[in-house]
Amino acid sequence: MATIRVQREDFDAGAEAAALARGRSDVGAVVSFIGYCRDEGGRLAALELEHYPGMAEAEMARVARQAEARWPLIAVTAIHRFGKIAPGEQIVCVAVAAVHRGEAFAAAEMLMDFLKTRAPFWKRAIRADGAVEGWVEAKGDDDSAAARWGAAG
Amino acid sequence: MKAVYFAWVRERVGKAEEELEPPSTVTTVGDLIAWLAAQGDGYAHAFEKPSTIRAALDKVHTRHEAALAGATEVAFFPPMTGG
Repeated sequence: MATIRVQREDFDAGAEAAALARGRSDVGAVVSFIGYCRDEGGRLAALELEHYPGMAEAEMARVARQAEARWPLIAVTAIHRFGKIAPGEQIVCVAVAAVHRGEAFAAAEMLMDFLKTRAPFWKRAIRADGAVEGWVEAKGDDDSAAARWGAAG
Repeated sequence: MKAVYFAWVRERVGKAEEELEPPSTVTTVGDLIAWLAAQGDGYAHAFEKPSTIRAALDKVHTRHEAALAGATEVAFFPPMTGG
């Protein structure tokens, strides 16, 4: 059963990853990923993330269940923030615990590829001069990355 | 049924949610998109390119061919850009 959180507040990614192995003797590998807001060469002042409450959590849980069905995972945590996020701040975190590193690396990558294309979040860019630049366009690269893992269902 | 809109679909429609009462000839998600596109300038702008619109029924991704029957909430939004 994965831990899924959708929240405005920041999170402690190191503590989240460490918690997956704490008190257990069967975990051989924990892989974690953190996605950050970047400033695009000084152009961006912030990202504003909109989400679909209820569906965001449900879809992240569905993606986690797909990963758990595909690999023998011990634990999965996925956290995604919404609201205004400044460059340098964390946006998203996935952490996966498994017996071996292979499935932990693969599952973490699949989780991120699917979260980007399936979790209902939308980024709007706010420029350094305060103007709203507009909605970030979905990238075909992200669809290709998600498609590598086969049909989502 | 309740309709909810997100990101630029919400901005173009001019509201985040509303109750819809489409005619009985509207049976699929795609039918509803076509019907909404005829409900005024904002809707026409939001739904001008149906292929760019993603939809969910009761908070589950769905195809435009899917039947609306039984759903209580339909959502329309652009392709996701989270992560």
